[in-house]
Amino acid sequence: MAVITNDKGEIRYLNPPVLEVDRDKYCRFKKMRMKHIDYKDPDFLMRFMNEQGKILPRRLTGTSVKYQRKVSQAVKRARHLALMTFVGDMLK
Amino acid sequence: MPKPYETIFILTPVLSDEQTKEAVNSYKKLLKELNAKIVHEESWGLKKLAYQIKKKNTGYYHLFQIEAPGESIAHLETAYKRDERVLRYLTVHLDKYALQYAERRKGKLANKKVERKEETPA
Repeated sequence: MAVITNDKGEIRYLNPPVLEVDRDKYCRFKKMRMKHIDYKDPDFLMRFMNEQGKILPRRLTGTSVKYQRKVSQAVKRARHLALMTFVGDMLK
Repeated sequence: MPKPYETIFILTPVLSDEQTKEAVNSYKKLLKELNAKIVHEESWGLKKLAYQIKKKNTGYYHLFQIEAPGESIAHLETAYKRDERVLRYLTVHLDKYALQYAERRKGKLANKKVERKEETPA
């Protein structure tokens, strides 16, 4: 990145430094008004898992408590029916 | 007082088509005996399992949406347990949102069938 120093000794950047913008998290179920989470739809449930097939925490997905419980319930049902794996690698 | 339930089971892939039908029909008969009303039925066919169950990699999925008295579920599940053709089963009670979802799902499936029928002659 191009850096110049002005006569006051302050560092100035030619291109404004790109900072990661903290986007506000929201609960997608509240926003989409989804009341029910289906365990028969593993592709949808994959959005709430990491590559190893673990359920992502609320602090990363922004899901509200009420729906996080339903997500975890649905994932566990899907695992029981062999629609999803319990453990995996590179699932995404 | 009957309650809405959804029951789904996985049959072994070892069975022939006829035997599979026979197994499904036996459960239909059992449900009838238990005074359960079949609201909706879905056959997903042979599907790949996400992990091995009893050394099998595939399974035949079948789903019933029923309205049944609560006591009958225990009988249904013992029947599943005793049946060696069944790899896995799950029976869940449907709350009002799940029922709404099931209705919409049925609508979608019906639409798909209609589309397919329209596609075939063309």
